[in-house]
Amino acid sequence: MTRFWHLVTRDLRLALRQGSDATIAVMFFVLCVVLFPFGVGPEPNILARIAAGVIWVAALLASLLSLERLFQTDHEDGSLELMALSGLPLELVVLAKTVAHWLVTGLPLLVAAPLLAVLLNMDRGGFGALLLTLALGTPALSLIGGIGAALTLGARRGGVLISLLILPLYIPVLIFGAGAIDAAITGLSPRPHLLILAALLAGALPLAPVASAAALRQALE
Amino acid sequence: MSASQFAASGLACLRGERLVFAGLEFALSAGEALLLVGPNGSGKSSLLRLMALLLRPFRGDLLWQGEPVSEDPDAHRARLRYVGHLDGIKPVLTCRESLTFWAALDGAPDPGRRASAALERLGLERLSEVPGRYLSAGQKRRLNLARLLLLPAPLWLLDEPTNGLDAAATGRLEAALAGHRAGGGMVVASTHTPLALPGAATLHLDDFTPELHDHEHGESA
Repeated sequence: MTRFWHLVTRDLRLALRQGSDATIAVMFFVLCVVLFPFGVGPEPNILARIAAGVIWVAALLASLLSLERLFQTDHEDGSLELMALSGLPLELVVLAKTVAHWLVTGLPLLVAAPLLAVLLNMDRGGFGALLLTLALGTPALSLIGGIGAALTLGARRGGVLISLLILPLYIPVLIFGAGAIDAAITGLSPRPHLLILAALLAGALPLAPVASAAALRQALE
Repeated sequence: MSASQFAASGLACLRGERLVFAGLEFALSAGEALLLVGPNGSGKSSLLRLMALLLRPFRGDLLWQGEPVSEDPDAHRARLRYVGHLDGIKPVLTCRESLTFWAALDGAPDPGRRASAALERLGLERLSEVPGRYLSAGQKRRLNLARLLLLPAPLWLLDEPTNGLDAAATGRLEAALAGHRAGGGMVVASTHTPLALPGAATLHLDDFTPELHDHEHGESA
């Protein structure tokens, strides 16, 4: 277990010293959402109506943007090979890297989301659900996206390929994420949606690293 | 056969559509070394990657004390150290941080102290706080080789370890190899430059290149 945390801290240290990956994801998220009032016009009612969906779609795209580099740099410089040979099972390597990736790119989205919700005039009743859905949904996005990142490792134009592979798999997270917020705003209980999101995360947590590790083994050959 | 620790029987390697080598045999006992020689594309790197379980053999088996290594790959990974063409060095991590991480990932107790000792043995102590991006190619290679000294492991697999090394560093590497073999360790190395491995057996990989319609050389494996 200590090995696992050594890998997480190493990835966090790398991300914090390089800086760009973490800030790019959250900047993209903010800019993406800020574009909507310019596109659909500044009417508060319309913006309030679409706020939940817009924030969720932007969060999903932001998560996708940074995923390409999840394994890429380690693959290019040979570190991934050495990790595969280390005492830590590749599944746990994947999980550790995903945890670090989420802390760096997913967590800032949670911090920025309430500000964007205010910007879009979202109903106050939805704020709690917004944070909860993002807290449950973005780790699931990172885990599922990791499969795409592992599958497209070494492929040319991998980024585009990841989007094609992974975006369809993101749809359930998007539906229940935005659905929970809408339910909370209209006065219904967001609980069923949140439970399904939690189930998606609980399913992805053990399964996605296994799939990603299998794909990585293929990429290392 | 009975005395050999690590051996191969009828090993064949397929890369893409091309049979790189077939019917390859070798046997190594404790303290012995094997030098892989052959033209580019004859499969030196592929053979080392096969031994590290980064590739799967097309035919044949690798045997550890008579048992196929594929039966317990994790145990085999734990007893080997692989140094490939890529150095796995992060531009933003210092030499000491890199080595401490690799030691910790292999579960070494007191990784920091082991990293310092390894740096010293390869003459890198003055560079220990220098980030990877300022290292020359030869210094990167030395840092990668320093991983060998972190934790004892019986089998060292070295893919052209002397690339980029100056005479003094080659001397330090030879001393490390001699020390490793004196302790009963085994070394398999490929090289194009002179590397002193007293009493090493030589494996000519072109002896195992299958005779096809035309004999192709020149591709890098």
